[in-house]
Amino acid sequence: MSAAGQDKNMQPLLDVKNLVKTYPRKRLTGPREEVRALDGVSFSIFRGTTLAIAGESGSGKSTLAFCLACLEKPTSGIIRFEEKDMLQIGEKDLRTVRPKVQLIFQDPAGSFNPRWKVFEILTEPLALQGNLSRDEMRARAHALLEQVGLSSIMEGKLASELSGGQRQRLAIARALMLEPKVLILDEALSALDCSVQAQIANLLVELQSSRGMTCLFITHDMAMAAHLADEIAVMSKGRIVEHGPADKILKQPQTGITRELLAAMPRLDFGRPQVPES
Amino acid sequence: MGTILEVRDLQVAYRSRGGDLFRALAGISFCLESGEVLGVLGESGSGKSTLAVSLLRLFRRNSVVVSGAVLFDGRDLLKVEPSELQAIRGKSISLIFQEPSVALHPTMRVGRQVRQILDAHGMGNSDQLVRRTGEVFEALFGEEAERIARSYPHQLSGGQRQRVLIAQAIVCRPSVVVADEPTASLDPTTQMEILGVFRALQKGLGLTMIFITHSPALLSGFADRILILYGGRVAELGVASEVLVSPKHPYTHALFRSIPSLDEPRDGRKRILPAIPRDSNLSSLPRAGCPFEPRCPERMDICKSENPGLVNLSESHLASCFRNENQ
Repeated sequence: MSAAGQDKNMQPLLDVKNLVKTYPRKRLTGPREEVRALDGVSFSIFRGTTLAIAGESGSGKSTLAFCLACLEKPTSGIIRFEEKDMLQIGEKDLRTVRPKVQLIFQDPAGSFNPRWKVFEILTEPLALQGNLSRDEMRARAHALLEQVGLSSIMEGKLASELSGGQRQRLAIARALMLEPKVLILDEALSALDCSVQAQIANLLVELQSSRGMTCLFITHDMAMAAHLADEIAVMSKGRIVEHGPADKILKQPQTGITRELLAAMPRLDFGRPQVPES
Repeated sequence: MGTILEVRDLQVAYRSRGGDLFRALAGISFCLESGEVLGVLGESGSGKSTLAVSLLRLFRRNSVVVSGAVLFDGRDLLKVEPSELQAIRGKSISLIFQEPSVALHPTMRVGRQVRQILDAHGMGNSDQLVRRTGEVFEALFGEEAERIARSYPHQLSGGQRQRVLIAQAIVCRPSVVVADEPTASLDPTTQMEILGVFRALQKGLGLTMIFITHSPALLSGFADRILILYGGRVAELGVASEVLVSPKHPYTHALFRSIPSLDEPRDGRKRILPAIPRDSNLSSLPRAGCPFEPRCPERMDICKSENPGLVNLSESHLASCFRNENQ
């Protein structure tokens, strides 16, 4: 059953098998075509680990994130989360699963209502669940604001008043409000400044060690992928073309696509000719 | 060589709705030498985009030029008549923005969008315009030139759209091209490709460029000199090799250290990056002292109250830090 089978005693937290997602290509004339955004993707993630999904734009990374967060319905395949098949269970059961898988986007500005205060943004998911009192929600919001490095003074601010880094921290805090098992970060660092990227990356490492968080880190930054992840899967044209321990992918890339991705990473060390002469 | 553009003590502020002034640029001076690529490195809020628009006086309505001058061709661009400025924009100095998808007209073929710029500056009769547009497309797209010129923006990839913006920027053979984060929205492979285009143009046409970015790694091997902006001030300015290899400002140093490297040692344990603590927004508050002081690992008493001026470390390397004054 367990696909990777690294640890035979342990079931993976998230097990994906042969996932396919096709979109119809809209054309006015001509034959109907379909785009295979995901073309048979299989992998598993174990509790407390980070898997990085790397690949160029258009390789299907974000479609994968959407399918895993139950925001898109895959055309076929199996997504097994905590040993439940997420594609077979009904909407009612899905509602108990959704809080456990949280998605963080590249541009957090677009995922907040700019006229809402930080406190409202943070407590909305809990209010929807309706299990906690207002005081309990406030306490949790305060604790999380502090944990992600925003002070609780922030709770009265509007989302539009925050800087990019603060918004991304808020997005992480909101995702954590529901105490998820899996955090999916879809290019969540790409739009941030280098110094803020480092802060958020550290926050993720801390969360992982303190909460045993499982992360799916989608990126095109191979250096950050290698820094954060235990394993890296490289995607191209809807397929995983290479998957292995971060170290190995970096040192012995097996496919041309991985080598290209690595070669395209700008490096700080001076003197190395890196910009191709065209 | 020679100075082609000079920015002198530029101070630009934004007026908030409450009427308060927030300074985005707090006194910036530098010279741009003919034929060089000046890399401007700064985080959000450092004033780098304000700098880009200041050079062409493309200010937002709520911005106020407190002081300073942008000297180009013997004129101060902050003072010249609007009509004179219009003749300079896009012709002598052109600007490339970050987002190629919003910078192009969605329902006009891109060839025409490039040709319009020539037309606006009266660069010849229609045959000449068509020929010049064709030349530029050929230089940027090679064999695909004609097909691309006939395409609409939505039919092009991000990298191709960015090349169209570059075509617009260079079609009038400007003396200076200012590029504000031109590769930020592209994936790494395309990013490298566009950098390659810039480099080829710079070599081929002797283009003078200001390349604004938040990613230090992009500048290595590309920029001739690097200007580090922090909190609306110049933190460091020097030859790229010196700034990248032995940065002299604590901010530059800390920034470079916080970036994960592909070559970092790995032993299975997850590392904490040496991040710069706290928020860069601290620097934008109107405050006395060095803008980096609240986050600086090497701060001293004097940093709180006084702002360090730029100190010449060598002929080609300046940094604004009291640490360097003592040496």
